[in-house]
Amino acid sequence: MPLTTIASLTSRPGPLDHLLVAAGKIILGKDREIRQAVACLLAGGHLLIEDLPGVGKTTLAHALARLLGLAFSRIQFTSDLLPADIIGVSIYERDKGSFRFLPGPVFSQVVLADEINRATPKTQSALLEAMEEQQVTIEGETRILPKPFFVIATQNPAHQIGTFALPESQLDRFLMRIELGYPERSAERALLAAGGQRERADQLPAIIEAAAIPALQAQVAAVHAAPPLIDYVQALIEASRENIAFQHGLSPRAGLALLAAARAWAWLDGRQMVLPDDVQAVLPAVARHRLRSLQGNMLARSEDITALIRSVPIP
Amino acid sequence: MSTRSVSLDYRCLPWLFATALATTAPHVLHQPIWLTLVAGAIFAYAVWLWTRNQRLPGRWPMIALALLACAGVALEFRALLGRDAGVSLLVLFMLLKLLELRSQRDAMVLITLGYFLLLTHYFYSQSIATGLWLLATMVLVTATLIRLNGGPASRPLATLRYAGVLTLQALPLMLILYLLFPRISGPLWGLPQDAHKARSGLSEQMSPGSIASLALSSEIAFRVRFKTEIPPRNKLYWRGPVMDYFDGRTWRPGVSATRAPEIQALSPAISYESTIEANQQRWLLALDAPSPELKEFAIKSTLTVTAPQSINQRTRFSLLAVSDYRFNVDEATAVLQQNLALPEQLNPRSRELARSWRKASADPLLTVNKALNFFSEEAFIYTLEPPLLGENAIDDFLFQTRRGFCEHYAAAFVVLMRAAGIPARVVAGYQGGERNPIDGFLIVRQSDAHAWAEVWLAGRGWIRVDPTAAVSPNRVEGGIVSALPLGEPLPPLLTVRSEWIRGLRYRWEAINNAWNQQVLGYNPERQREFLQRLGLAAPDWQSLTAILAAVIATLMLAISAWTLYQRPRTDPLQRLWQQALRRLARRQIHCAPWETPLALQRRITASDPQLAILFAAVVESYLANRYSARPGDLRQLREAIAKLP
Repeated sequence: MPLTTIASLTSRPGPLDHLLVAAGKIILGKDREIRQAVACLLAGGHLLIEDLPGVGKTTLAHALARLLGLAFSRIQFTSDLLPADIIGVSIYERDKGSFRFLPGPVFSQVVLADEINRATPKTQSALLEAMEEQQVTIEGETRILPKPFFVIATQNPAHQIGTFALPESQLDRFLMRIELGYPERSAERALLAAGGQRERADQLPAIIEAAAIPALQAQVAAVHAAPPLIDYVQALIEASRENIAFQHGLSPRAGLALLAAARAWAWLDGRQMVLPDDVQAVLPAVARHRLRSLQGNMLARSEDITALIRSVPIP
Repeated sequence: MSTRSVSLDYRCLPWLFATALATTAPHVLHQPIWLTLVAGAIFAYAVWLWTRNQRLPGRWPMIALALLACAGVALEFRALLGRDAGVSLLVLFMLLKLLELRSQRDAMVLITLGYFLLLTHYFYSQSIATGLWLLATMVLVTATLIRLNGGPASRPLATLRYAGVLTLQALPLMLILYLLFPRISGPLWGLPQDAHKARSGLSEQMSPGSIASLALSSEIAFRVRFKTEIPPRNKLYWRGPVMDYFDGRTWRPGVSATRAPEIQALSPAISYESTIEANQQRWLLALDAPSPELKEFAIKSTLTVTAPQSINQRTRFSLLAVSDYRFNVDEATAVLQQNLALPEQLNPRSRELARSWRKASADPLLTVNKALNFFSEEAFIYTLEPPLLGENAIDDFLFQTRRGFCEHYAAAFVVLMRAAGIPARVVAGYQGGERNPIDGFLIVRQSDAHAWAEVWLAGRGWIRVDPTAAVSPNRVEGGIVSALPLGEPLPPLLTVRSEWIRGLRYRWEAINNAWNQQVLGYNPERQREFLQRLGLAAPDWQSLTAILAAVIATLMLAISAWTLYQRPRTDPLQRLWQQALRRLARRQIHCAPWETPLALQRRITASDPQLAILFAAVVESYLANRYSARPGDLRQLREAIAKLP
């Protein structure tokens, strides 16, 4: 789903097109969401997928980890999960007479935190701190997490029973938040015909080596954002602060996140420059979980984000 | 674009309700009560409908309500037009409009009505407070208009600030219109009530208690500015009506002689300006005595200076006075006879007393002094609350009650003089005044109202005698507050001892005075003076209009030039892009401000593939120039735009 058909704007066909196509064969009819997830990873951020159970959140995480050749671990969050279950424990070895650290599942390149809002806030924050610091400190010893370190958290809609909603400050740690939604009719039919996609996701071959990812991330960071484009990002952020649909506006960190995500989006499109289109494309995923709707204390509605975009002229 | 179909943004409703309330509320002060109650009920009903999210009434109930409103107004005022009826009708319609706020168009009607209602408040009051309130309300109405149209910001404060900036920007224009708009002498629609309202003030006749009742009012009667120093207090007698006919209780002006008074000035003339509040009377309350050089106004034979018409609005007069003078040394015999007349049978004791004085001495001056001594030596008390007097009022006062206000003393003195064969009469007016240290104006209040006497002595003419001064010298030297004992019911404003409050009052009155003098008092003459100072001699309204147009045009040109200069210099790239968009607009393809070039391109691809191919080259070149790290040159873009149809 490239943005433009104007050939010369894109220096080359999307560099990861084959990866996106391969993932698209597993998660049917969700090309845009797959693209957002990959963009999020390339921008060096973490991803939050929020939707009802059974729409393919976990399968998407699996498929991405396989295709990117990344070490993958999965943590199923439950209400009795403890921080040690995530970051690991030191156990005493009697024969050696010393402690040995058993790293937890967080020591992995891709961590799938399934149903993160089922765990208690204390456990949630153990993971979220690891996400922020890219390191874990256990018993006075700081352990660096592998690179790249990419958390895909899934959560059920907050109104479901038995959930601890993530506070706003924690939501801010996720670069993007996406919703998968029900598949389209044709995609659903293909899914029903093909049977379970989960096993096929586990058998996907790696398309990129894990070692290459930092280089790709560096390329993304080098995508040019011209002064008029930065003006546009700034205008959007300022408008979000004046818009009465929201309780408060976007933070400076959100502005940085928006720019980073737009860079990745442009890079996936094979461009070396960010266009306002990229900003508009990633804004809902970047901004919705960072804004609170004035009515009902909920996440901002996507219509409000559209209205926000429409209230800002492109400089 | 038609606004009829656009449904109203519900978030505008608080603004619209506030506008309706703010533009109608001050009319409560002068509307009939039933109208206020009806208006309040409609407003409350509208608020209830809005907060409960109820259906608005349909068309037929609304028509019925509007007809009822018209009928009510017609019954109350016997008219549907005219100031009061028209304004009441507008207020009702404004509130009824709240019951049919459905579309953007309805809201626009409400806002337009709001701007109009703003103006109607000036029919009733032109005070500073009204001006400020209406300025604030104008900001509110403008903010509502901004909010209704989306506005640059949707937060209330930001919207209000924006409206405030717009209002501030309109101020220079307001000022120019104010200064240069051709002024018509006389009001356009009738002046506000507060200019016409008959205030309490001196009246043509005087009976016991009539001046004492004035002393209870701290309202300002007139303000005076002396070109030179203010004369001493005991010379500040402001002459109103002169009364020489007495029926035993009430004093009235007699038949006035038509001949001009003879005034001999014994001191240089004092020049001053007096701004008189509306009092529905003609006398100018000039300082005694008017200078013989004063030619602009008629001076009656009793020395009262009068204006050509009664003073129905606050007016300023330039006057001349002399403090030492001789007046009507040769008085007509008829006038002297009239000033000796007394009702028969009444007040026998007073007449007896006066006759005894006259027998003792043939010199009328001695008689005058005897009378004054009588007042100062006997136990007379100066008070605002004198006891009631019987049929022989003067006898009762002089020999029994001995408590009275200035009119009692003046009346009793004149009766005594006439009984002693000395022509005498009562003069009503004001005495003294209070200097406002802030602006130097002398303020004369209703509480300074006073009555004194005048006697005619052969060879000396009419001489002012103030018997009140004999009883209570403080009245003349220090004003009424210092003359009256504590506990008299004087207005609290006058009696406060706090320096701070007094300073505040001076300041407020100075501001009010400046507003009256400078802003409201800007009449055709002042406008002419102002223009003459600018070097425009005697402009008529045609040339004034021309000047006005020229000044506004110049101002507008200057503002446009400034904005053009201030406008962010669009770089050539943006200009080319705008040019391309204009080409598209010619084909009815419009680019929304938030629409990206690529989105526009996709839209065109869907609707007009031929054009899309041509436009793709424009978009490509534009985006590369604007957003890439290595902008190319503009030639390519120019060529691509040239190829557009």
